[in-house]
Order: sequence, then C-alpha cells, then structure tokens
Amino acid sequence: MILEINNLSVGFHTYRGDVKAVRGVTFNVDEGEIVGIVGESGCGKSVTAHAVMGLLPEENSFINQGNIKLLGEDITNKSNMEMTKLRGTSMAMIFQDPMTSLNPVLTIGQQMTEGIIKSKGLNKKDAHEEALALLKRVGIPKAEERMKAYPHEFSGGMRQRVMIAMALICRPKLLFADEPTTALDVTIQAQILELLDELRREMKMSIVLVSHDLGVIARICDRVNVMYAGRIVESGPVGEIFHNPQHPYTRGLLNSLPRVDKVDDTELPVIEGHPPDLLYDIKGCSFAPQMWRCHEGLCCLSSK
Amino acid sequence: MNNIEIPNNKPLLSVKNLKKHFVTKKNFFGHPKEYAYSLNGISFDINKGETLGLVGESGCGKTTAGRTIMGIYKPTAGEVYLHGERLDLSKGPEKRIQMIFQDPYACLNPRMTVGEIIGEPLEINHVYDDNKAKLQRVYELLELVGLSREQANRFPHEFSGGQRQRIGIARALAVNPDIIICDEPISALDVSIQAQVVNLMRRLQKELGLTYLFIAHDLAMVKYISDRVAVMYMGAIMELADAEELYRNPLHPYTKSLLAAIPVPDPDIRQDISSIKGEIGTGDMTGCPFAPRCNKATDKCFKEMPAIKNVEGHQIACHSI
Repeated sequence: MILEINNLSVGFHTYRGDVKAVRGVTFNVDEGEIVGIVGESGCGKSVTAHAVMGLLPEENSFINQGNIKLLGEDITNKSNMEMTKLRGTSMAMIFQDPMTSLNPVLTIGQQMTEGIIKSKGLNKKDAHEEALALLKRVGIPKAEERMKAYPHEFSGGMRQRVMIAMALICRPKLLFADEPTTALDVTIQAQILELLDELRREMKMSIVLVSHDLGVIARICDRVNVMYAGRIVESGPVGEIFHNPQHPYTRGLLNSLPRVDKVDDTELPVIEGHPPDLLYDIKGCSFAPQMWRCHEGLCCLSSK
Repeated sequence: MNNIEIPNNKPLLSVKNLKKHFVTKKNFFGHPKEYAYSLNGISFDINKGETLGLVGESGCGKTTAGRTIMGIYKPTAGEVYLHGERLDLSKGPEKRIQMIFQDPYACLNPRMTVGEIIGEPLEINHVYDDNKAKLQRVYELLELVGLSREQANRFPHEFSGGQRQRIGIARALAVNPDIIICDEPISALDVSIQAQVVNLMRRLQKELGLTYLFIAHDLAMVKYISDRVAVMYMGAIMELADAEELYRNPLHPYTKSLLAAIPVPDPDIRQDISSIKGEIGTGDMTGCPFAPRCNKATDKCFKEMPAIKNVEGHQIACHSI
C-alpha cells in the first residue's frame, strides 16, 4: 500500500469558529493506481490532498484526528523539516495554475536543475542532462532551447508539462494532481491526461487525481471517491460508480450533467438546496437535508 | 425554440464579416505597430427565439465576438444588423442587446443592493418615471428568476454563486432586450448549480421568447442549450450547423478533434485521446488557421484562407471537404 488515510479530520480556525473541512476521510492508494477524488467546491477534496502533502497553512489549520501513512510510515505528526524531505522524493504535487507554482524570474532550466542538484546531489552538468531528459519525456518540443526560456514564454499546457517534469525529478511513488487540467482547454487537457496515464504505467507511480470534472475522472481513474461536505459519501471502482451509483448525491451529480454522446431534450435534473455550513456538526448523513427520499438508515452509504 | 413562429425570414441579428484587431504594440510616435488578430471576419445570423452556441478554446475570439456585437469594443471592420437595421456600434453599447457575464462575483457592484443593481439599467434608460413602478418591475424580475422580493435589499455578498448569476440574468432582462449575449454564464459555477441556471435560462426563453447568443467552452452544455452551434478557431468560424447534427456528424477536422477531446463521464468510453497535436498559434497567418495542427492539411491550406461553403447543411470553412 502506498498511501493509507485513516479517519482523517482537518479543521481551520476562523473568526466565526472552527470550520471542519474534512470529517473522517478514509481511503487507500495502491501501487500504480490512479485514484480520483471528485466533488464540488468546498467539499474538502483539495484540503485532503494538502493535508497529506503537509502543505496546510500552519497558523490556522489543525488535524484533530486520524492518521496518514505513506509507504507504511505514519507521517501525520512529522515536523516541517521531515516533510520537506518527503516532498519531492516520495511524493510530489502538481497544481491547478502552473504559473503561480513557477518562479517567474528564473528560466525553466535554472529551476529544474536547482531541484535536481538539491535533491539528488548531482553536479551542474549532469543535472542539466537530467533536466533535459525529463523535459523531453513530458513532450516539450525543442527542449534544449526551452531550457533557457522563462515561464511566461510557455503556454498553459506547456507549463503544466514543466510542472509534471519537476514533480518527476526523484521518481516519487505518489503524485498528487490537484485539478491539473482545470485551467486548460479540452484538447490540451486530453494531452495532459494522456501523459499522466503513460507516466503512471511507465514508472509504476500512483496518482491521486483531485477534480470537479466527472469526465476527467472517468477517463483515467481506476477508483474514485465522491466527497460531499467533508466526507466521502461513496467510493468504488470507476465502472461501478459511473454505471451503478448508489448514493443519491453521486446520482444527482451524474444526472445533472448534459452529455455530448447522447441526445436529450428534457430539463436537467438538479440537486436542490445547498451543502451544509461546515462550521457546525452534522448529525446523520450530510446530504439528507437535500434529499426528500432520505429516511433514517435508508440511504446512508457513508459511515455516519 | 421550435414552437415560436418566425414572422418573416429576416434574422433577428445578423453579423457580417466582423473584424476586431487589438493594437498590442505601438511605435515611438504612438502609431500601431503590432496587432492581435482576435476576430478575422465572422458572419452569422440568429433568428428570433433561437439559441446560437459559440464554442472554441480560450483565445479563439469568442468573447471578443460577443463584446464587439454588443458595442463594448469598436469593430475594426464589419457590420451588425438588428431587425435588418444597421447598428452604429461607435455609439457604445446598445440597449436592445444585453449581456450576462462569466464571473458572478466580479460583475455585481458589492456596494449596491440587489434592487439597485437590477434597477440600474431601468434608470439609465429612463424606462420608468416614478420609483414605485420601477421597484415593482424589480420585484417582478426577482421573482421571475426564482428569487424573492425580500432579497432586493440585500447585498451581493449574501448570495451564493448560482443566486448571483440569477441576479445577473434579472439585470439583463430588465429592459426587455431583443437578444441576450451570455458570455460563459455557467463556467464559474459548480456542476449541480450549472444545471439550475441552465434550466432557468431555458425556462425564461420559452416563457419570454428570448434569443440567446451562448458563448462557452463546455461543449456538452452548449449542445444541450443551443439550437445551432458555431465552432470558432483563432478568430474565424470553422463550422456552423444544427446542434444535434454538428455533434453527430462533425465535418471539419477541427470540430472532429475538439469533440473527440471532451471527456465523457463514462469510463467505458475512453476514446483515442491523442487525436489532436500541438497548440494554438499566433493568428497572423494567411492560410487556414488550423492548418498547422490539421492532419489533412495540404499546401493550399497554408496559403489560402478557405471560404465558407455549404455542405450537408453545415456552413464550413475547409479546403479538404
């Protein structure tokens, strides 16, 4: 098992009180597997990913229960120094907007070789070679020339490729991809997803793909967790979740999407109401208030 | 929609060879030196009660098209006709054309109440003389979009994204426009909220006989809401056809690869995802803008911009068809 998350709860101190953003999330990631986390904004999918990476803001966040095991080792209470060592070597992350993750005043080559020298202890020349090989691997044309270019000279899709190349420097066992294609056009999105799928097969890397787009999840994931109001409401293999969804929220989500491959002219079914305020405790199923069909004990596939 | 009669064959809105080039660099004397060719001559008609979808990737000029038609941008060349009468776009925005914006957080003034926001177009256009009638109209509009009249005194921050978009729709409807340009009205919203807003837009269209120009990059949603769809690439329309027909039988190589790239929420359909290579170019070339990425491109494609022709009911710009 690459990653085991057990009953993880994450909260944030705010002036209104403690927001409980993640409420007892449990899931595993196996070797070479792509696991999707899907849900709407504010459901806690990104917070879960940040918690595992140790990237939560220190001043106002807290993990109040549960543990995270990476390669069998508990990393829940590791210090910042120890987490920095893990990031990059055992796990890496790519983000939605590659422009904010790259340094605008350094060339791509400088940024990549810096990482390689620091983490692998290679000399400058070898690091340069390695960076070049990685850029070629992720499909950057004219990689030698592009090493000298600055981030703003790259297009969105190319920047995301650079981010992926940087994440691959130490061949991490686990890659977190937080909405990696949300800012990209569909044709570029298809290219990036294909690249991720290839890399996972080639390097036996596990990927956790966080996305709000059910189409993206369906395209490359093996298993998927559907999150709602800080909890996983349904999880299973993609085939099961998409063809035979059990939870009313999953069903609602899938039904509210129009499809390109089907003819439909009826009104789109909608999910009524709003997600609950995460400031307060939720008794029972968090989706119950939005579901007229919900009766006690009838529809709750989630643990609570 | 289908059940609305078209009184004559004249289209409601007619766009003819519309061009918009932005100056990106000026020389020492302040004269334009370099241009961004955002809109390279697009033409289309919209009939009354119809929805025309305008899709394309980012930077293809779809938003520029909407804004130029509205009169927010001054066109470089070309004409826009409303009810057969030419609009003077240099005068600024036209009252009969209204717009719904993409970002429901940025398009509402945070210091104005919802009532003031919706009432503002009525005030600017001097629709009502007395305040009471204006307020009555604001209440009516709020209820029309599924909000309550008590909410007129609240401020935008008290509303969720979906509700804000409803306010934006109410504001666009205030002056009874002939056509509403919807510039990515749902792309900033969550999936379940998108469905609510789209249903509202369709209901309003049926009830009020509205005409939409629906600009979006979400091809599935565009197919769902539109009667006809125009596919844009780098400032030019590549293909225009009936929505169902376009998605079932795309003819242009770009439309084909665009449709193949959409992820379908069904794990059994994992199409060949490597269908399109390369990225969008710069747009100052002479030939077909899609030629560098096209697998059917010939020498002619690089030299000559294809003219729009009619093939199987599609309007299409391609040499190879």
